Amino acid sequence: MEIPYTVAERPDTGLNNGKIGIWLFLASEVMLFGALFATYLMMRTGAAVWPRGDTILNVPLATVNTIVLISSSVTMVMAWASLKRHDFGKFRLFMGITILCGFGFLGIKAFEYAHKFHEGLLPSKNTFLAIYFTLTGLHGLHVIGGMAVNAYLWGPGAKLWKTDPEHFTNRVENSGLFWHFVDLVWIFLFPVLYLL
Amino acid sequence: MGSHADIDRQVRTYIMVFITLMVLTLITVTISRLHLPVPMAVALALVVATIKGGLVASYFMHLISERKFIYWVLGVTVAFFFFVLLIPLWAHFEPIKV
Repeated sequence: MEIPYTVAERPDTGLNNGKIGIWLFLASEVMLFGALFATYLMMRTGAAVWPRGDTILNVPLATVNTIVLISSSVTMVMAWASLKRHDFGKFRLFMGITILCGFGFLGIKAFEYAHKFHEGLLPSKNTFLAIYFTLTGLHGLHVIGGMAVNAYLWGPGAKLWKTDPEHFTNRVENSGLFWHFVDLVWIFLFPVLYLL
Repeated sequence: MGSHADIDRQVRTYIMVFITLMVLTLITVTISRLHLPVPMAVALALVVATIKGGLVASYFMHLISERKFIYWVLGVTVAFFFFVLLIPLWAHFEPIKV
């Protein structure tokens, strides 16, 4: 049986099912990260002393990572726009850059983690590091998830473009919505953890 | 939305948003180097982050021209999100006295 409304809009919502699905999923993600931000707030306001992030963490590296992730967001949306222009070659190029940016982000994060571990700065050391590793670790898992879907759409999943280009374009848009959400979360994590 | 001219216009907007996000990132880092009092630094950093997040959501996630159904889903989510954030503040300002 075929899944209905993958391209056409449902008359009652005015949206295709994929888009409704991804937005409901993102709503649950907002609550997941919201609960962790609330935990951070509770720990910080309840602590007698709290270290400034820039005294422990590497701000220049995190700034580079912010630039990498924002750049990947723009290449992601350009990949979608390329499909709208029926330019599959450009889609491949922009999606490929998006995936590479994901690898770049994770590489820098891995370097940061390795440096912290080497210095004995583990999650068990103090509350700040515990919440830092929890929030950035969960965010990193989301980056990996987004990259996996993007890699599928760049590679084997792209076959759908030949048979149903509109459906494929919608899939890329939905994957993009998740990727932008991951960027959005980092936009808040960066000042909260590294700069304040 | 959908014609090549419309997409070209959108692409120009994406590039403008990208440049704005880069500038705001530099502003965020600069604010942190000013060593302002903590409440002011927190407020400024969160205002800049909210503007950046708003740009990403509005333009890259197309929320600026989305259907009413999505606005309802997000409206309810945002209300619960702020409620969750209020709980620790409430606990901070009205701690249980033992």
